[in-house]
Amino acid sequence: MGELGILLLAPALVGYGEAAVAYVGETVRPGRAAGLAIWGVRLGWLAQTALLVAQAVRADGFPWSTWAGSLNLFVWMCVGGYLIWGCRTRFRLLGLGVMPLAAGLLAVAWVAGGTGTAPRSGFGDAFLVVHVGLVLAAFAAFTLAAALAALYLWQERRLKSRSAGVLRLRAPALVTLDLLTGRTIAVALAGLTIGIGIGFARLETRGGSLDVTMVVTALAWAVYAAYLVLRHQAGWRGRRTAYVALIGFVVVLVVRVGLPPVAHF
Amino acid sequence: MALVLVGTSHRNAPVELRELVSFTPERRGEALSRLAGRDGEAAVLSTCNRTEVYLAGPEAGACAQRALDELASLSGLSEAELQPALYRLGDVTAAHHLFRVAAGLDSLVPGEAQILGQVRESFDAAQAAGTAGPTLHRLFRHALRAGKRVRTETAIAENPASVSSAAAELAERVVGDLEGRRVLVLGAGKMGELTAANLISRGAESIFVASRTPERARRLAERFGGTAAGIEAVERELGLADVVVASTSASGYVVTAEQVERALRTRRGRPLFFVDIAVPRDVDPAVNTLDGCYLYDIDDLERVVAESVAGRREEAARAETIVGSEAEAFHAWQLSLDVVPAIAMLRELGERIRMAELARAEHRLDGLSPSERKAVESLTTQIVAKLLHAPTVRLKEAAVAAEGVGYAEAVRHLFGLGEDER
Repeated sequence: MGELGILLLAPALVGYGEAAVAYVGETVRPGRAAGLAIWGVRLGWLAQTALLVAQAVRADGFPWSTWAGSLNLFVWMCVGGYLIWGCRTRFRLLGLGVMPLAAGLLAVAWVAGGTGTAPRSGFGDAFLVVHVGLVLAAFAAFTLAAALAALYLWQERRLKSRSAGVLRLRAPALVTLDLLTGRTIAVALAGLTIGIGIGFARLETRGGSLDVTMVVTALAWAVYAAYLVLRHQAGWRGRRTAYVALIGFVVVLVVRVGLPPVAHF
Repeated sequence: MALVLVGTSHRNAPVELRELVSFTPERRGEALSRLAGRDGEAAVLSTCNRTEVYLAGPEAGACAQRALDELASLSGLSEAELQPALYRLGDVTAAHHLFRVAAGLDSLVPGEAQILGQVRESFDAAQAAGTAGPTLHRLFRHALRAGKRVRTETAIAENPASVSSAAAELAERVVGDLEGRRVLVLGAGKMGELTAANLISRGAESIFVASRTPERARRLAERFGGTAAGIEAVERELGLADVVVASTSASGYVVTAEQVERALRTRRGRPLFFVDIAVPRDVDPAVNTLDGCYLYDIDDLERVVAESVAGRREEAARAETIVGSEAEAFHAWQLSLDVVPAIAMLRELGERIRMAELARAEHRLDGLSPSERKAVESLTTQIVAKLLHAPTVRLKEAAVAAEGVGYAEAVRHLFGLGEDER
């Protein structure tokens, strides 16, 4: 790993780590740490963006084709997505679900060699780039949806238990969290469907066979499709749909962390 | 200019006395010019919890006396009767007090929001009456800034301080924005009315009132532009409402878990928030165990309010730091006033000498082109500015260290400032 890589990775790791700790602090003593946390996220994300740009400039082709490299890109997408809502005061606690995971996965990507800036070659096929990009973006969105669902369950439990301090922590309304989880999953599922479609089209033309990554990705698709059907046809809302979103995320985590990133075409 | 505050508040005086010294807007308009006197400034802050007269003038004693006279005349009490309930503060202490007031730190409920608007309104009234001069202008500007900073930089005003506002805020945590939400009010009691009013003020639209006494239900429904019905219509309404406020005087449950369970089948997962402020309770506690239902009774709400008021008190410590820094800034400005005339005279002297020397050398500058003449002008201006820079800075520093008067006098003496006018 070159000096530039370390120079850019270190602030990203420190920023995400600081944010993760600060969000935990926010739950203990509301109102103090949230500002520090969001700045950690912003600075960390900027540093990671610079790292990805440096990797892209030095690579010949798509630079995140390895397992660790794609993990690096996946973390960047998750945090970027989080920043859409995370800057709003009411949504800051979403970071409690996203940032520890982001810091942990980025550290794993670093240890596994996915954050280096040394020249390397990756696949240059545009179809593959679109396929991998769409699937990764969908997985990042599912991760955010899982964080929204987790925040829903946490807030729902606090409201049900009628704790005296229920209003001391700013959090979005249950209805808002439920709605956002549903919308995020709907958008992500559309992206995943196109990504999978491109993958199968390529499999068809180049020949090849199904592998575990494909099967588990299809399983993730099925879980999220079931989520949308249950939501819109059976009228499921709230706690039940939040659990389905979390089950889907477990499958995503298996694909993303436990299996190789690109299926064998 | 001395700054003087004479006033009374809920801390010193019972409501009977506060009523007597309370200014109506008309009375305040008339009193301001009397309070300001010929060469002073005046502003009056009058709310249900306090009446405070802020005066700036050459003599603190005369200012305080004018305020006392006005309060005595307003209340019909003698000075001796008024004195025990009044406080009199001067300069930085008066400023610090106003900043605490604007920040809500002197209010019954720390951080209450209304007071900042009332401070702004009293300043506007003084401006309209032409009694807000530079001192009060600066004072109120700092006060309003302190109030705003405390509200944006601390969480003091974030949490509710009453049962009805806690209920409304909890409802927002469940169903989101209350705009257009349907509220079902059970019973037409005072507490129910207050809670409904709070929900309406946050945008809730459709109110349905169910009560055993149709006449009272109709009156309450009319007040909020809603519909009234008998208590038998409750089950149907449970399927439509987003928030239920229960405050009947019934001896048993008006809403049972079975009724709610049946209603949930038609709601397609929409959550339902119950506020039960009746004693004995109107809503079966088992409702809280149903999926998508949230029930808060009066004890729960009071616990939430107590916790949030405690939170406000914790934040008050941070707010005091902000108020302190604003008070320091105001004090520094006030002290700088001691040296401002000396600085102005010193600069004027420098400019006068520069112009005189240029005029004397006029015949020797005749041959200069316009650009060369401009360069000479600029050069002489810079020499004067550089010569006077250090004395100006030192004078301002001395003012902040409360030594401004002595330094200003020394400068006047050394440079012969003001001697031409004698």
